[in-house]
Amino acid sequence: MYQVVVPGDFLSEETKRAGEGTYVEEGKVYASQYGIVNMRGEIKVVPLSGKYKPSNGDVIIGKIAEISFPFWIVDLASPYEARLHVSALSGIAREKIEFGNMSDYLNVDDLVVVKVMDVNVLMKIELALQEDFELRRGGRLIEIPHTKVPRVIGRSGSMIKMLKEKCNCFIFIAKNGRIWIRGKEDDMDLASTVILKIARESHTSGLTDRVAEFLDSFRKEKERELRG
Amino acid sequence: MKEEIELIKEGKRLDGRGFDELRPIKIEVGVLKRADGSCYLELGDNKVIAAVYGPREMHPRHAQDAKMAVVKFRYNMAPFSTDDRKRPGPDRRSVEISKVCREAFNPVIMRELYPKMGIEVYVELLQSDAGTRTAGINAASIALADAGIPMKDLVSSIAVGKINGEVVLDLNAAEDNNGEADMPIAMIARTNTITALQMDGRMTQEEFGRGLKLAMGACHQIYELQRAALVTRYNQNYEGKSKREEE
Repeated sequence: MYQVVVPGDFLSEETKRAGEGTYVEEGKVYASQYGIVNMRGEIKVVPLSGKYKPSNGDVIIGKIAEISFPFWIVDLASPYEARLHVSALSGIAREKIEFGNMSDYLNVDDLVVVKVMDVNVLMKIELALQEDFELRRGGRLIEIPHTKVPRVIGRSGSMIKMLKEKCNCFIFIAKNGRIWIRGKEDDMDLASTVILKIARESHTSGLTDRVAEFLDSFRKEKERELRG
Repeated sequence: MKEEIELIKEGKRLDGRGFDELRPIKIEVGVLKRADGSCYLELGDNKVIAAVYGPREMHPRHAQDAKMAVVKFRYNMAPFSTDDRKRPGPDRRSVEISKVCREAFNPVIMRELYPKMGIEVYVELLQSDAGTRTAGINAASIALADAGIPMKDLVSSIAVGKINGEVVLDLNAAEDNNGEADMPIAMIARTNTITALQMDGRMTQEEFGRGLKLAMGACHQIYELQRAALVTRYNQNYEGKSKREEE
C-alpha cells in the first residue's frame, strides 16, 4: 500500500531522517511535494510529477542541442541545460577539435551518456563524458517522466532485471528519464511497450507481477504464432 | 441612498444556505494533458480551470532571477463567463487580482530550488458567480501540487461578506452586488497563516473579527477537500482523514 501525501503533510518528528521531498519546520518533518512517502531509512517523498533537476553524480543521457565553440550545449531533459567543453573529447580525438570540425565528433541531436560532476548555486552544470558515451548505433531511445525511473528499475533492480531477461535487450536507464534500448527490432518493440506501460501505471501496486504476466502471455502468443 | 434588497428570508439566504455554509465544491485534478499540472474546480456556479507550466526557462530573460524561480500568475475571465459579454484580455481588475493571487502563494512555493526558472500559473474563469479569485486560488494550489512544484503547504481561500447586516460566508453574485461588504481571504490551513486578505465595503471591527473566524474555519474545510482530491487521484481507498489530525 502506498501512502500519498500532499505538500504540508506532517511526516515525522525525527528531523535527522528528513530526506528528499521534505522540509523541516519547528522540529517536525513535513512533505514538500505531492507524492508517495517512503519511510524506510531516510524519510523521502517520491514525487508523482515534476521536472528533472540535475544533481551531482547523476548518470544521464544528454542530447546535443547546439554547437557553439568551444562548447556543445547539451539538453538534459530538464529545464536546465549544460555545456560540454571540447576538451572532454580531446583524449580520443585524432586531431585538434576546432570551430569547424566539432560536428564531426558530436553533432546536433547526437546522444551522449554523461555524468554530472558539479552543479553550482546558479545551476551551472559541469559534465563529464562516460567511457562508452556514444549511443548512435543499433538501438532506440524512449523517454518517460524521470519520476517513474525508480519504478522501472524496481526494488533493488527486480523490474529491470526481469525486463532484460524476458525482452532479450540491453536496457540502459538514465536518471533523467531517457532510456536506451538495444536488441532485435521485435524485442525492442516489446521492451518499449512494457516500459511505457510501467510508466503509465507506476502508482499501482503489484506492478512487477502484472508486468511479468504480460510478458509471459506475449511470449506464449508469439510461440503459438510460430507454430501455427 | 440605495434601497435595500432583501437577501435573507426567515434566517436563510436566497439560495437556501445558512450564514456559515459554503456553496458546493467539485474538484478534478489533472484535467489538462499538456500542462505540467492542472485542476478543474467548481465553487457553486463558478467554474475555473487552473494550469501550471514549469519550472521552465523564464521569458523574458531580463526578468530572470539568478537566485530563485519567478512565479507568473495570470487570472483571466473568459468573455462568456459573465452576464454581459466581457471584453477579452487583461484589464485593471484582472491585473490586480493576478498580483494578489501570485503573492498569496509567495510563502509556500519553494522558489529558491529553481534559480533562473519561471513557474507559470494560468487561471481561466469559464463561468463566474462572485468569489472567482478564491476559486482560482484553490484551483491553482492543487494544480501547483499536481505539477510537482515543491511547496511548504497548500493554500486555501474563501470570501466572507455582509448582507442585510449579517456576516455570511461565501457570497454569491446576488449577495455580492447588493451586499454591504465582501472580504476574500487566502490562508495556509495547517498554520492558520493568512497569505492574502482584501476587503471591499464596510464592516465594524467586531464584524471583521467574526467574519475572519468564519472564513478561517471554512478554509480548513476547503483544505480537506483539496487534499482529498489530490490523494484520491492515486489512492481509491482514501478515507478522508487528514494527516494533520494524527499530529
